[in-house]
Amino acid sequence: MGGYSLTELGSIFTMQAFAGLILFSVFLLMALGLAIIFGQMGVINMAHGEFMILGAYVTFLCSHVFSHWLPWAYPGYFFVAMLLAFVASGALGLLVEWAIVRHLYHRPLDTLLATWGLSLILQQIYRSVFGAREVGVELPQWMMGSWSLSDTIQVQINGLFVVALTILITLGVFLILFRSRWGLQVRAVTVNRTMSGAVGINTRRIDALTFAFGCGIAGIAGAAFTMIGSTGPTAGQLYIVDTFLVVVFGGAQSLLGTIASAFTISQAQSTLEFFTSGSIAKVITLLVVIGILMLRPQGLFVLKVRK
Amino acid sequence: MNPQDFDESRRRLIKLFGQTAAAGALLGSGLPVFGSAKPATAAINTTGLAVTDTTVKVGILHSITGTMSISETGSVEAEKLAIDQINAGGGILGRKIEFIQEDGASDWPTFAEKAKKLLVQDKVASVFGCWTSASRKAVLPVFEQYNGMLYYPTFYEGLEQSKNVIYTGQEATQQILAGLDWVIKEKGAKTFYLLGSDYIWPRTSNKIARKHIVDHRGLQVVGEDYFPLGSTQFNSVINKIKLKKPDVIYAIIVGGSNVAFYKQLKAAGIDMTKGQTLMTISVTEDEIHGIGGENIVGAYACMKYFQSLDNPNNKAFVPAFKKMWGDDAVIGDVTQAAYLGPWLWKLTAEKAGSFDIDKIAAASPGVEFKGAPEGYVRIHENHHLWSKTRVGRARADGQYDLIYETADLVEPNPFPKGYQ
Repeated sequence: MGGYSLTELGSIFTMQAFAGLILFSVFLLMALGLAIIFGQMGVINMAHGEFMILGAYVTFLCSHVFSHWLPWAYPGYFFVAMLLAFVASGALGLLVEWAIVRHLYHRPLDTLLATWGLSLILQQIYRSVFGAREVGVELPQWMMGSWSLSDTIQVQINGLFVVALTILITLGVFLILFRSRWGLQVRAVTVNRTMSGAVGINTRRIDALTFAFGCGIAGIAGAAFTMIGSTGPTAGQLYIVDTFLVVVFGGAQSLLGTIASAFTISQAQSTLEFFTSGSIAKVITLLVVIGILMLRPQGLFVLKVRK
Repeated sequence: MNPQDFDESRRRLIKLFGQTAAAGALLGSGLPVFGSAKPATAAINTTGLAVTDTTVKVGILHSITGTMSISETGSVEAEKLAIDQINAGGGILGRKIEFIQEDGASDWPTFAEKAKKLLVQDKVASVFGCWTSASRKAVLPVFEQYNGMLYYPTFYEGLEQSKNVIYTGQEATQQILAGLDWVIKEKGAKTFYLLGSDYIWPRTSNKIARKHIVDHRGLQVVGEDYFPLGSTQFNSVINKIKLKKPDVIYAIIVGGSNVAFYKQLKAAGIDMTKGQTLMTISVTEDEIHGIGGENIVGAYACMKYFQSLDNPNNKAFVPAFKKMWGDDAVIGDVTQAAYLGPWLWKLTAEKAGSFDIDKIAAASPGVEFKGAPEGYVRIHENHHLWSKTRVGRARADGQYDLIYETADLVEPNPFPKGYQ
């Protein structure tokens, strides 16, 4: 690269690495909820994006409530918003599982159709309630702008926030799945549903809670994405393709696979974007993913499962 | 007036017009019409459009559901306001406008189907509608086949002209060239980085911008990048911009991507209030509503209308719009262009003395609208509008400050020589 000094190249490299890290966090955060649901129950939740947007709208409402009635607490409203987003999306998830999804277990194509219909219904509800236009979610001052490491290296504060949040949530999910009694039951149901039922695990309850948990995480992701993306009735659609890509490429039953897949896709895309252009980067990434999936249809990581 | 008076005047009127069948039909409808020199329906409607003695039907065809409803809602509101105002002022050729609204649902084949329904089944005298170029391209053959009249509000890439369409927005050269010239002169810009969403309008517009920058001004384009519609991650390209250090970032990003782009640009420490110049032709006040004023403050937009324009027409238009649609309503460039549609059609119909499509099409060139919120507009022979180009600078409250406007109206040139 002629014409650029070593410092310049160094700082661009650093910032590019950071851009990749942010993209990785975004991919992982949006895919986690879907991966939990898809992995454990085999349910493809096409309304995942709409659960995220519910979280985003909760954040929007929170920012209004706090700026009007609790201005002293405004700088910290985002944490409350994320908690409420989790609760709201989780509760909706519980309702949806009870009303729709539980009747369609063992019929994966029907859940696909049902949740897709649900996503359309939710979009229209958002449109009727919040209007067709996108809403602007204001951030507290400390979360905006960037943090200068040197003259040429700036680290985005909201990017750092997303990275930190993703690490925390991923750790949380791992702790819950691998260190708690409920997590043990979830994993047992994933591996062998019939046998789990036989040893006394209430698989119905596990299913309902897992679905709600996955939706709740989608809500948190949606809340976090108000910092970097748009909040509108159909904004959930912007994420859904990438989300599925990450989950399918990673291997449906493996959280580790989801992480590895999010990392691979995000790094590939952000590097390619730098050297080619946005559209071309997407094309190449998709081609590579399709190529690998043809060789390994189960995805990167596979968990042995008894059906 | 009491009923007897009414009957009396009615008898007198019948005596007066008794011979003509048309007038008989007019009075037979039982509605009082006094003192208006109202042309007979048969005379102003020779092709069987939905025109009665008291009403004329028009169509409104926009997406009110789906992705594009974000953008198209404003156009629908503006068109309804214009129709309302025209009706309050007595209508067109003595007829009140009745509109039939159809939903294109952000789906191009649906647009074509609904256009056909409006023209064939409802026989509307004109249609105000479409937003994206894709929807316009989808309905164009329908309007040409069934001979309808479409008033299209969006700024677009040009390279099109039809007898059946009046383009009330800017074609690409009207929106691009004056803005580039301004930024070159005022900012001493030498290098440009072109960005866009990946579809026909940004690509064609950037092609025109590149030709202008490189071939006509001898300056440099240091990068050009496109992103799939709906992209939400721009950190890589922002790094590229930081490396290339262009004098001007020229951005034509649309939809939800817009929000992500400006939020990330701001987060990356690119400050448009000082230092970096950014010019866009795709962010109106409508879009800022979603982006958040604080994320885009300092950016320059090249449009023909800003809500903050200081002229008597606009001073009447903005409050009227807010009265009808709420105080929170924002009015962008396209919304204003949509507002022009019904008015231009009214003026044309009055000039032609007819609702016939062929007569409207023929009478359109030269029609001028002095009440336009953007100032004064006139229809060109090529069915586009003569209008001024303006540069505005985004404020934190989501409005634009007018920085520059061309001294004269800019001629629409949908097939620009030397730019293709």
